[in-house]
Amino acid sequence: MNDTAIETVGLGKRYSRKRSSWALRDCSFRLPTGRICALVGPNGAGKSTLLALAAGLLRPTEGTVSVLGRTPGEARELIGYVAQDKPLIPQLSIADTLRMGQELNPGRWDMAAAERIVAEGKLDPSERVRSLSGGQRTRVALALALGKRPELMLLDEPMADLDPLARHQLMGTLMAEAAENGTTVVMSSHVLTELEGSCDYLLLVDGGRVRLGGETEDIVAAHTLLTGPVADLAPHTVIEQRTAGRGLTALVRRDGPIEGPWETAEPSLEELLLAHLRSPDAPDLLTPSAEHRTDTAVRA
Amino acid sequence: MIEYRIDRRSGVSTYLQIVQQTKQALRLGLLEPGDKLPTAREVVEATAINPNTVLKAYRELEREGLAEGRRGLGTFITKGLGHSPPADSALRAELADWAARARGAGLDKDDAAALCASVLDDCFKNSKGDEDR
Repeated sequence: MNDTAIETVGLGKRYSRKRSSWALRDCSFRLPTGRICALVGPNGAGKSTLLALAAGLLRPTEGTVSVLGRTPGEARELIGYVAQDKPLIPQLSIADTLRMGQELNPGRWDMAAAERIVAEGKLDPSERVRSLSGGQRTRVALALALGKRPELMLLDEPMADLDPLARHQLMGTLMAEAAENGTTVVMSSHVLTELEGSCDYLLLVDGGRVRLGGETEDIVAAHTLLTGPVADLAPHTVIEQRTAGRGLTALVRRDGPIEGPWETAEPSLEELLLAHLRSPDAPDLLTPSAEHRTDTAVRA
Repeated sequence: MIEYRIDRRSGVSTYLQIVQQTKQALRLGLLEPGDKLPTAREVVEATAINPNTVLKAYRELEREGLAEGRRGLGTFITKGLGHSPPADSALRAELADWAARARGAGLDKDDAAALCASVLDDCFKNSKGDEDR
């Protein structure tokens, strides 16, 4: 039984040798199976690169990535990947697109599940992909990915062009799939609130590296929001602090219990992420389950 | 069958909302011992929340002895919650008395509610009931 969905060790990707900038650099983490993971970070942080590397569509410049204990190439039939631009063949009808999914995934394909997702969007199966709206194409792309009954779903900005109703419906469908089959799901977004209720695992990617990784609850619980008089915050790690006159507001990563004259509160996930994004020098945090276990992610 | 409503802006954690709504349904008699709770799949399909959250809520209900998971069948209510006193009870009458006096003393509704909440907080501080954390 493999309990690791994705593991990377020292993973890096540079798109051009001339450009010195790395899209992703020195990225090591582990995602356990059965999690619904939010992959968040600002534009250009490396989210799409990370997903494409895990899907086996890009080759790492350095380091390794494994998916369900295999190379991404070997795991291909277990992965459902929906790229940001939702690539589909425009000339095909929806029904043909699903039939193509069936042909390409012999033995795994679940036509009923795929058709149900299309039907929920009140789409006519004979309509051509070319004539669909952005949101409708997303629905078909998700049907194609889910029909494959993958063990790992990699979704790059899946909800970006959906209306609120479709978003809720498709997220529900996705969660139901995960509940029934234990599917691991990774969803990227730069809109956190879109994912907050559905995800129980978090990867914050920023500037090409993973800055926070682990169970959302544990990551939030490791931090405290302090307000009160200005005083020494040691031994706690200060992520961000602001002073106004004699008053202080600080977000700290706790080291032991908080003892001092402050009022304490648990930060919201959004406060926590924003504080980290505003403070690029704050140390990274991976919970124990998100630490990589092996020295190379895949044995070649 | 109960249907859960998840309010993401309530500040109450999602699993606790499920626990509280289940208890509320038990108090109101909308759920009774022997009733089946919706499956995790049914809940998440309707609410788009995380499946593990539903399972966590059901485990909490089991821990409190209110529900029981039966392998392959689902989660069932095992105990009712019926000690909410009827509308004409002595407790209610005393509270009505108190409310009238509070009003007479110049408190408005929000003042009285805040006072009640604070007393309840003190009074139930050490009993682990609805309000975990």
